[in-house]
Amino acid sequence: MTALPQIFDDWFASRGWQIHPHQRDMLERASEKALLLIAPTGGGKTLAGFLPSLVELADGTHEGLHTLYISPLKALAADIGRNLRRPVVDMALPIRIEDRTGDTSATLKKRQRVDPPHILLTTPESLALLTSYEDAPRMFRGLKRVIVDEIHALSESKRGDQLMLALSRLEAMCPDLRRVGLSATVEDPQALARELSPTGCAILNADPGPAPDIAMLVTDTPPPWAGGGASYAIPAVLEEVKRHKTTLIFHNTRAQAEIFFHNLWLANTDDLPIGIHHGSLSRDQRDAVEAAMVRGDLRAVVCTGSLDLGIDWGNVDLVIQVGAPKNVKRLIQRIGRANHRYNAPSKALLVPANRFEVIECVAALAAARDHDLDGDPKGEGPRDVLCQHILIRACAGPFDATELYHEVKSVGAYAGLSRAAFDDCLEFVATGGYALRAYDRWQRLMERNGLWQLRDPRAAQSIRMNIGTIQDTETLKVRMRGAGKPLGEVEESFAATLTAGDTFLIGGQIVRYQGIKEMVVEVTRSAAQNPRVAVFNGTKFATSTQLSARVLAMFQHSDWPELPRHTAEWLNLQREVSHLPRADRLLVETFPHDGRQFMCVYGFAGRNAQQTLGLILTQRMEEAGLAPLGFVATDYATLVWGLDPVEDVAPLLTADGLREGRDRWLQSNMVMKRTFRTAATIAMLMMRNTPQSKKTGRQATVSSDILYDTLVKYDPDHLMLRITREEAMRGLVDFGRIEEMLTRTSGRIDHLALDRLPPLAAPLLLEVGKIPVQGVARERLEAERAEALMKEAGLG
Amino acid sequence: MTHFPAAAKDAGMTHHDFSLCNTQLTARADGALWLADHDTLVVSDLHLCKSERFARKGRALLPPFDTRDTLTRLDAVLDEVSPARVICLGDSFDDVEAIEHMPDAEKLWLARMQAGREWVWIAGNHDAGPVELGGEYVDEVTAGSLTFRHIAERDAQAEVSGHYHPKHSLSGPARACFVYDENRLIMPAFGTYTGGIPAVKSPIRDLFAARAFAVLTGPRALVVPLP
Repeated sequence: MTALPQIFDDWFASRGWQIHPHQRDMLERASEKALLLIAPTGGGKTLAGFLPSLVELADGTHEGLHTLYISPLKALAADIGRNLRRPVVDMALPIRIEDRTGDTSATLKKRQRVDPPHILLTTPESLALLTSYEDAPRMFRGLKRVIVDEIHALSESKRGDQLMLALSRLEAMCPDLRRVGLSATVEDPQALARELSPTGCAILNADPGPAPDIAMLVTDTPPPWAGGGASYAIPAVLEEVKRHKTTLIFHNTRAQAEIFFHNLWLANTDDLPIGIHHGSLSRDQRDAVEAAMVRGDLRAVVCTGSLDLGIDWGNVDLVIQVGAPKNVKRLIQRIGRANHRYNAPSKALLVPANRFEVIECVAALAAARDHDLDGDPKGEGPRDVLCQHILIRACAGPFDATELYHEVKSVGAYAGLSRAAFDDCLEFVATGGYALRAYDRWQRLMERNGLWQLRDPRAAQSIRMNIGTIQDTETLKVRMRGAGKPLGEVEESFAATLTAGDTFLIGGQIVRYQGIKEMVVEVTRSAAQNPRVAVFNGTKFATSTQLSARVLAMFQHSDWPELPRHTAEWLNLQREVSHLPRADRLLVETFPHDGRQFMCVYGFAGRNAQQTLGLILTQRMEEAGLAPLGFVATDYATLVWGLDPVEDVAPLLTADGLREGRDRWLQSNMVMKRTFRTAATIAMLMMRNTPQSKKTGRQATVSSDILYDTLVKYDPDHLMLRITREEAMRGLVDFGRIEEMLTRTSGRIDHLALDRLPPLAAPLLLEVGKIPVQGVARERLEAERAEALMKEAGLG
Repeated sequence: MTHFPAAAKDAGMTHHDFSLCNTQLTARADGALWLADHDTLVVSDLHLCKSERFARKGRALLPPFDTRDTLTRLDAVLDEVSPARVICLGDSFDDVEAIEHMPDAEKLWLARMQAGREWVWIAGNHDAGPVELGGEYVDEVTAGSLTFRHIAERDAQAEVSGHYHPKHSLSGPARACFVYDENRLIMPAFGTYTGGIPAVKSPIRDLFAARAFAVLTGPRALVVPLP
């Protein structure tokens, strides 16, 4: 038990602060091996994490590194550094604090390894790199505490797995190490605690404050039948902005944020200062908005998940979520952004973008009120990250495989790892793990005297250059022609769809595409009122399983007093004409419309899975001669159209048939290739950065697609392909949700052959993102295009 | 004077026939070049044993099936056209040391393909040294009006070369391609593990006149004007 020294008491008093109960708890239990603090955003969480370190270091007797702080964001590490120096300077504590990220200078980094500060602020990737040095034990000698900030966010990605593996290395070097996790509200604190420390971890809960005040924004105009823009709500949103001091307006995708911001400005006749912030904007632009926000100059910021984490804004008093929240946990965390005044409830408004989202918003409100947070249970520790970890371990010097295996198993996510699975990864890292044993002479790792080591120690350099699990999507900078600073970035695949003269939105401006020059998209200002190409790709969240289940449950009610009348009437009509979908049955409607035959499958499996379902279904229909022409998918249904009516739907939807279709379809699928590229890069089958890469031209690079095709052809059971298949099932393909749907409905299919468009399916016809079925047509289209180009050139 | 492609009409066919400086050529959809009048087949940039070199240099342990795959595809072309002469247009091996480490089975395979025909290895920048395998080793060779060398020379006339691995895209992903104008032809890389550079960019585009063509490889050869 540690008491707060007088000097700290005085400091708190001098600032007119009072120590929060959870900050005192953290101090009192500071000697425990592992602690997880759950606190709402802005609840003095970070200081709670650091207080024990400051107290332990106050007498100036500790030599070397004492506390390691890990943050998911470089910017956050720097920000924390600034905030932490204030009490240290005020109290004249003999404590040295430094940060170390990808942005730290080489000289300082070198110095830090020889003479580390007392408190080092860093990121998971920089920590992994530090553990790869042979002198790591010297640097970490004396390390007492490690603080993992925003652990709930790290835990959602492979960065969290890499971090936990790195902590297992630190644990081996410093057996007395104490772990502290700082987290926002999550659905399963126990799971997070196990992740932080499988051998036991106490959970401390900060006072969550009064229950949030959440409601759905009611407007005079009902939301439209389809779409995601929510522009109908702009006048009402502006009214709310006027009524509050500072409003954050969250969107689910960057494209939606851009469009909304654009429309908001058109309607903003009072010139309220409103900014925009999302991950595709340039660092400069984001910094400018953040700074204006801190100064209190902005009345509202239109933003995406890029503001989910990080710096606390003092005076946000309203959070607006545009579009159904898709996930209750994220909603609660976002609402927390407005929770900064002690004892004042945070206030939030949900704005459904279309009629179906009204239902989803109402379901989400109920879930939030019940504290029924959602989240998918985390899978087994990913093996591509393990492969990288083995290589990092090898960089630090020779190791014993059994010892490393037990170390890895001490990490929660890898607790179930079998020795055989570990050996597979070791084999892959050492020899490539190919069926054809070609590299006996050139192994990456060799076993000598029972210890594994790099065959060529110089390989350590390129391994270190490739540490990390963050995959940059291929993006291109966008710049005003003739002007210096980039406006932001767009994904390469979006840039590829642009032709000269196209207009699109970025950073709230309409710009005209001119061309790509040296990997920069050049644009000019445009006076156009309506951008022609308004959408660029962004993450599309799928509605969570729990939220989908709540919607399905709502459908079983006899009436819906909680829904606006227009929406309740819509559901009633669907019930009269057809059925409302049920959780334990699969509703399929077929109907003719506008000269085409439609089939609508209400799987409620989330957007990604419904899209996968569309791809597999249309493939099976083509094989059955049912001539599908295209499909569209939303979070709740897939709508397929074609020339012939589907009379017998059951054979198309059998579990075995879908699984078999999946396997064949996946083989040549772009999603698989993209997933493979990620896994191959993380496992370091492909080295993105090499000391040679500056010298050798692009002729020398082998694309991951070719490696994928080669492996599928010659070594289909290779570890990388097995990893790819597993990852794809969870990620964009999300076949897991289709399996969940198949289990839930268990072959109970209700097929309704209707003579016209049913109410629930109608909005799907208006959805954007229709996917044409191409099949063999692709070669013909390419040939036609080639011929047209020759004709155009007068050569045909 | 070259006759510009009546061949455009053949866009629907598997291969693209054209003439370069009065020599008749067939750009095959598989990336090989066929000179029927000279009974000669040309392939460029095989980069055999690339995965082996990567491993030896400690760069990566790539799937070691590239040599097998390249030889399989070459074998299929040889079967189809049975040329009297084969010209490998340089960078046939990813480096000279690689030949030493080439498995015997693959060496035998090559020898079998060479049997009964003339085989010419052109020197490339990766394999600038005599090859310890059957066949003749030279810097250049001619057939008809054309000179075959590895790297294009700026002022050359009637030249066929490789080296740059040109690729080009229409609407989908980029494909390896032939590029030609009335004076020269640059061939696509035939090897399995070969990247590429866009034909529309420097340095490839600079080597051609404004009026030039790309022939995309793939399921069928597609000819398009080079922008």
